[in-house]
Amino acid sequence: MAEKVMVKGTEAIGEAAIRAGCRLYFGYPITPQSELTEYMSRRMPQVDGVFLQAESEVAAVNMLYGAASTGHRVMTSTSSPGYSLMQEGVSYIAGAELPVVFVNVVRGGPGLGDIQPAQSDYFQATKGGGHGDYRLVVYGPESLQEAVELTAKAFDVADKYRNPALILADGMLGQMMEPVEFPEFRDLNTLPDHSSWAMQGAKGREPHKITSFDINEYVLEQMNLRYQEKYKKIIENEQMWEEYKTEDADVIIVAYGTMGRIAKTIVNMAREKGVKAGLFRPITLWPYPYDALAKLADQAKLFFTVEMSMGQMVEDVKLAVNGKKPVEFYGRTGGVVPTPNEVLAKLMELI
Amino acid sequence: MSYKIKFKGPEALSGKEFTYCPGCHHGIVHRLVAEVIDELGIREKTLMVAPVGCSVFAYEFFDVDGTVAPHGRAPAVATGMKRAMPENVVFTYQGDGDLAAIGTAEILHAANRGEKITTIFINNAIYGMTGGQMAPTTLLGMKTTTSPYGRSAENEGYPIHMAELLSNLPGVAYLARTKVNKPQDVIKTKKMIKKAFLAQIEGKGFGMVEVLSTCPTNWGIPPVEANKWLEENMVPEYPLGVYVDKVGDEK
Repeated sequence: MAEKVMVKGTEAIGEAAIRAGCRLYFGYPITPQSELTEYMSRRMPQVDGVFLQAESEVAAVNMLYGAASTGHRVMTSTSSPGYSLMQEGVSYIAGAELPVVFVNVVRGGPGLGDIQPAQSDYFQATKGGGHGDYRLVVYGPESLQEAVELTAKAFDVADKYRNPALILADGMLGQMMEPVEFPEFRDLNTLPDHSSWAMQGAKGREPHKITSFDINEYVLEQMNLRYQEKYKKIIENEQMWEEYKTEDADVIIVAYGTMGRIAKTIVNMAREKGVKAGLFRPITLWPYPYDALAKLADQAKLFFTVEMSMGQMVEDVKLAVNGKKPVEFYGRTGGVVPTPNEVLAKLMELI
Repeated sequence: MSYKIKFKGPEALSGKEFTYCPGCHHGIVHRLVAEVIDELGIREKTLMVAPVGCSVFAYEFFDVDGTVAPHGRAPAVATGMKRAMPENVVFTYQGDGDLAAIGTAEILHAANRGEKITTIFINNAIYGMTGGQMAPTTLLGMKTTTSPYGRSAENEGYPIHMAELLSNLPGVAYLARTKVNKPQDVIKTKKMIKKAFLAQIEGKGFGMVEVLSTCPTNWGIPPVEANKWLEENMVPEYPLGVYVDKVGDEK
């Protein structure tokens, strides 16, 4: 492995994508992820790739659709209002079963909101956002190193299942700098061969048709059932999470992304005060690691979900705990990042 | 006995039966596009983007790789394809609701970038598939299901002239407006479609042919009358001709 280099979050994700074999990027500037778009504009020509600044997020996601339908590795990145604009395309891409990678560097909302870090796009990211019965594989990294690794994984998983994947970062991850170790460049010849379905010209074969559509409701139902079979396999194979000091924990803090990282500090502070706290940090937000979290419900006395939102993932925690133990919640919103002290104070009130 | 085939359908058509209404011009234009693809010998490297609307099934009627774009987004989808596969030939097939309403930004910017794609634009002054609502190209005074008193400039604005609008953009290499309601127009239109493809193949830029077309079903008149109505009402509003031609004469 190469030595560690100091990079900014947005740029780390961009470089990771290029090293994973992404050679087409379409995007539109929006704070706090514009540096990723800028980074791709510098880097893509250096690797014989394509960078194109679209006229809007709506156009960007559809350029992604077109490029992905030819079987290439493609990516776009945006921030909350931009990802809302992309939802039409996300639904179509999921329906057409195209392997693309999205990056949403979440900021405060709703509406124009602000440009500070938030986690209030969780519902949109994990429960739909666009129309129809579809799912995206959603990763919530806590550090730049993890973001780099998950970006590479997102491309592989997208290819494996012919399904879009999403890196759900937040403004904190996008804007911070950390030392990162990058993987080697993927040899493009080793990327999965998509010629069996991709649109590359019908030379010597039947034409390939890629659509998210059938006018016959019974055929469309069969297409949907096929998607569900795929989602079932993703649920079986792709769940990722981290547990920190949960072995003997009475209180399980549940948090993801930047909040998950802050929560490690809170666990240590609580333990210094004699509270046996532990952290459950989902890494895949879909598929959500329900079973792993449910196991902790036999042992712990209290679950405490902490989010940079008014409470979105807490619904999944409640589903996992399934009424066996109390699930409490604390969150800040609008782009405010909770401090360890304020979360600890809330935790001490609860026990 | 042996038979010699003297006339057959173009190879670029799949042979699947068209689903269009009697008198609709989509069938004629499909055939012209397919003949041009055959003559240029590009069937095996052509990628098509079908629209939302009556011609949503176009991807099935052509014997080439094809997809369906979200409503209006075909030029963006085609852009992604062409950037990924610059050696291939990419074309979009779009109606007026698709290209001149919901997809105005996408067509304008694809044309402005000089995107090396070809667009076939069917302008029948009305929304077909959704049942005869007003289009941005609907004529003043024309009655539709959403302009039941006739389109008025004061309330709905004026019919939008896409050929004229796009012809101002330097990225456009070929642009023409035509019609197919008479045999001599069909022959002319085929030459224009060929040039719009050549603009792409020769790397000169964006090419588009706007075809004034009939919609007898939603206009509520028989096909022969529709052809006449087009001639008398649409042609004066939408002047025919070649607006941009950087391709030059066919060798």
